[in-house]
Amino acid sequence: MAHVGAPRWLMGLFLAAVLTSGTARAQEPVRIGFVTFLSGPAAGPFGVPARHAAEAIAESLNAGKGPAPHNARGFGGRPVELVVIDEAGGTTKQVSEFRNLVERQNVDYVIGYISSGDCLAIAPVAEEVKKITVLFDCGTPRIFEEASYKYVFRTRPHATMDAVAAALYLLETRPGVKSYAGINQNYAGIDQNYAGIDQNYPGGQDSWNDFTMAMGVLKPEARVTTSQMPKFGAGQYGAETSALMQSGAEVIHSSLWGGDLEAFIMQAGPRGLFKKSPLVLVAGEPYLHRLGSAVPDGTIVGARGTNGVFALDGPLNSWLRDIYRAKAGHEPTYPAYSAANAILGLKAAYEKAKVAKLQRAIPMGANRGVKEETEKAYASGPSDEELIAAFEGLIFASPSGRMTMSLGKGHQAVSGTAYGTTRLVDGKVTVTDIKRYSLEKVQPPEGMASADWIKGGMKPAK
Amino acid sequence: MNQIPAILIDGIIYSSWLFVIAVGLTLIYGVMKILNVAHGSLYALGAYAATAFGGYWIAHGYPPLGSYGMLVVAAIAVGLTAGPLIERGLLRLVYGKEEVVLVLVTYAVFLILEDLTKLAFGVDPLSIPQPYGLLGSIEVGDLIYPTYSLVLVLLSVVVGVGLAMTLNRTRHGKILQAVIHDREMAAATGIDVNRVYLVTFTIGTALAALGGALTAPTISVQPGIAAEVIVLAFAVVVIGGLGSLGGAALGAVIVGMVRAWAVHKWPEVELFSVYAVMAAVLVMRPKGLFAVPEARKI
Repeated sequence: MAHVGAPRWLMGLFLAAVLTSGTARAQEPVRIGFVTFLSGPAAGPFGVPARHAAEAIAESLNAGKGPAPHNARGFGGRPVELVVIDEAGGTTKQVSEFRNLVERQNVDYVIGYISSGDCLAIAPVAEEVKKITVLFDCGTPRIFEEASYKYVFRTRPHATMDAVAAALYLLETRPGVKSYAGINQNYAGIDQNYAGIDQNYPGGQDSWNDFTMAMGVLKPEARVTTSQMPKFGAGQYGAETSALMQSGAEVIHSSLWGGDLEAFIMQAGPRGLFKKSPLVLVAGEPYLHRLGSAVPDGTIVGARGTNGVFALDGPLNSWLRDIYRAKAGHEPTYPAYSAANAILGLKAAYEKAKVAKLQRAIPMGANRGVKEETEKAYASGPSDEELIAAFEGLIFASPSGRMTMSLGKGHQAVSGTAYGTTRLVDGKVTVTDIKRYSLEKVQPPEGMASADWIKGGMKPAK
Repeated sequence: MNQIPAILIDGIIYSSWLFVIAVGLTLIYGVMKILNVAHGSLYALGAYAATAFGGYWIAHGYPPLGSYGMLVVAAIAVGLTAGPLIERGLLRLVYGKEEVVLVLVTYAVFLILEDLTKLAFGVDPLSIPQPYGLLGSIEVGDLIYPTYSLVLVLLSVVVGVGLAMTLNRTRHGKILQAVIHDREMAAATGIDVNRVYLVTFTIGTALAALGGALTAPTISVQPGIAAEVIVLAFAVVVIGGLGSLGGAALGAVIVGMVRAWAVHKWPEVELFSVYAVMAAVLVMRPKGLFAVPEARKI
């Protein structure tokens, strides 16, 4: 019978080339652009801790020292290489930097963005250039509530959770927050009795809006006494402090962060504001280490999830704490956990996709040799399409606990959260009265906008 | 306590802070016709130097009250080093060029100093809160004000009056005024204009640094503070009239009072209240309230 098709020796050569290329590619690193604030006000409390965590995690994973289920070396056997970029400079610069990462630096994936404004600007660009991008720390719910993305994921819960849990915690620990009938300055129809000081940027406005809405549902008779919205980086809070003191508010909600929060505490503390009106800091956890005993006693603090002091003990949490301490010299705060969630989430999706790909490629009943050869041939990892399919709806283990990609058509993570109250013990600030909230209590179900869910009474997702 | 006294007190405190950070800017413009964009960076350098000098003082257990002296020493140190360095090393080379060139040069200095401070001090916020609380506080009605803030008000008055007296009552002040009015004529009468420029820029730098040093105990000193301050300082001197000492004082009072009123009465507009005032003033008086009239040369 005449032989048709390529000669056997040519087929052999082709197979060898594929395997060799696969093996060589297996040694090629997975290049990840990691974008975080390295300068500017957000660098110290957020950006640099995230970078320390990302670098420590990459080093540990590359050494094969990650705990189960993340104990495979690097990403499915390929080492991880980070290309770290400064997030400072505004959205226009970040869009240019993003394109540079994709088109010139040829990164495989991008993990990044602390600023909600940057996330809102980058997401459509990532979609346009078809680059898998994991938003790791920004909080605005608008990312997946106002748009739908194929290439964009976020591995931390959005900030609605922070505001809703803050309201729940406040009313559980201070049920007697007084009720006043009155007129609200900003938020007609919701009568409340607390003041707010939030920076005038999307995150601050979103945080305040969600908090007032949640309080309006949970304690409709409470009233807002004043709502201060100082400029980001204002630095001077003398008049705001006076206005807050005169407002007679029982508590002060704040999503201030960075130097602004520190300046506000430094200026308002000596004036006795926090003795009259304790703070509710939705993102206050990173400052417990920085400010120490300057943190006002009785401050309600959150960590944007079960991060930092709220993270439960376990092998993954111990691992992160150990490698972070070795890198940075102090305990990890929530931005470090956000970075860990992003890297481990991407790794879990990558490895899940790779396994699925192999399972499809290896014929039923194949012998060991065929399996090994196929694994070598597929060592380069999954395609973007395969990774996206694996990432959507993924459940993965992280130092913060179990993360579920269940909102935003499987692109937005959810988890439970926790709040606590600071107490000064022997000159050291500690967090007490910790209360934990399941994700059903603090986040809307799939397909429902946060604002609608809160206004609708925050019914637990089924 | 009624809101009006609180608005007045908060406004005065904020105005005095604004005046201290803006007065060096208007002095340099008045004498040298340079819109010094690097003024914000010099303010930041003063703040960083204050954390370094003051931190050293406190860490070594010296008398805490001495930390106030260290704030002033930090400002003088920055003035005496950065001032001559920038003026002799850079500005001297571009005198006589168009004003826009000088603005671009100082903008370049601003960017360089931003990165230099990051290199020298890192990106983590630094603080020296001790001087803020050392003097205790004063109760005014139902409000408590740190004595430090009230001392700052006095200090701004001392700086303003001192500068005005120097300009109007001393020989050096007269020389300065001669250079302000006509540089060429002043040079023709034997005044060493280059030396006047050096001294003026050094004093302006020291004043910027003093603003930073006095602010350091109330804030977290970190990258980015320069940009925030320079915008506010520009607003103040533009309202008052570039180069006018009295204008800077009046501009600071207007901005301080408007902002305090907005915070207390209408917080939603606080963000743009300062710039709304600036726009309104410029519509009525395009060169500011106290613009120095310029003689037309033939």
